[in-house]
Amino acid sequence: MSEIADKVKKIVVEHLGVEEAKVTPEASFIDDLGADSLDTVELVMAFEEAFGVEIPEDAAEKISTVKDAIDYIEKQKAA
Amino acid sequence: MPEMPSIPTGSLMAGKRGLVMGVANERSIAWGIAAACAAQGAEVAFTYQGDALGKRVRPLAASIGSDLVLPCDVADDASVDAAFESIAARWDGLDFLVHAIGFADKQYLRGRFLDTPRAAFLQAVDISCYSFVSVCQRAVPMMRNGGSLLTLSYLGAERWMPHYNVMGIAKAALEASVRYLAADLGADRIRVNAISAGPIKTLAASGIGDFRYILRWNQLNAPMQRNVTIEEVGGAALYLLSDLATGVTGEVHYVDCGYHLVGMKNPAAPDIAIVSE
Repeated sequence: MSEIADKVKKIVVEHLGVEEAKVTPEASFIDDLGADSLDTVELVMAFEEAFGVEIPEDAAEKISTVKDAIDYIEKQKAA
Repeated sequence: MPEMPSIPTGSLMAGKRGLVMGVANERSIAWGIAAACAAQGAEVAFTYQGDALGKRVRPLAASIGSDLVLPCDVADDASVDAAFESIAARWDGLDFLVHAIGFADKQYLRGRFLDTPRAAFLQAVDISCYSFVSVCQRAVPMMRNGGSLLTLSYLGAERWMPHYNVMGIAKAALEASVRYLAADLGADRIRVNAISAGPIKTLAASGIGDFRYILRWNQLNAPMQRNVTIEEVGGAALYLLSDLATGVTGEVHYVDCGYHLVGMKNPAAPDIAIVSE
């Protein structure tokens, strides 16, 4: 697993207070991890801070799973 | 997890009780204010709107030793009455109130102000401005020994800001309300002020279009070449809410790293682009 993926997982575990085992790439923040709509905004803000990237609103709206977040951040970091 | 802002501790607010309305999470400006007051000895009560916010506010309140956390929907008079009745049942008086509440339909926080429909206009002014008048009506009878009422504004009340639109109009009405309320309440030793804060990345700000561009622009062009923090707004609020400011009322106080004085882009600031997909 990449360093980015590891860090994303850690942020999700911390923010949502869920078990690490539940935070699989396919896990949906809202459907599987019990996030509410404010959590998803807060998660995006936490990702932005942790990775020093900017996630505009239209992109943020498309981030619904752990993998979505990892892919977006990896793409930004590679750019 | 809640982090206590680093604010000087002391006893400026010892013996004072206040209500802080509008904390959403640990990034909230209202939280910066509440934490600053608590660090100086104030007892603080909180209100929130809806369970999603309630579950965020309770642990923050607990971290400063408060369990007086009440639901309050400022669009509903009965809900506001109920919140103040609960506070009156616990406290025999109130020394300060912080109003950090605003709302406009996100759909109209972009594009042209010209296109704002009546319902969106009235809702923005109702929730962002009238709510302050409404909570003052209930707080004033509890302020028998004088008090301090504080609300939050933004430079968009006085000048055009891209996307701020109907919120700018609501904030302009709010700032005018501060002046009229200050005149009404001065003889009762109740002071009314506003803080006009620079942009801060809060949950609420995430609804404003191109907010990252606004943050970056302010950072590059403010005299202090950075953005303000919630701790700094907390510090200024502490002054206005405490007895340090007993001679100050009807004031809109800038806490914006000096941005309000700027008339033009700093030639030394790099050109920046709007970040989008």
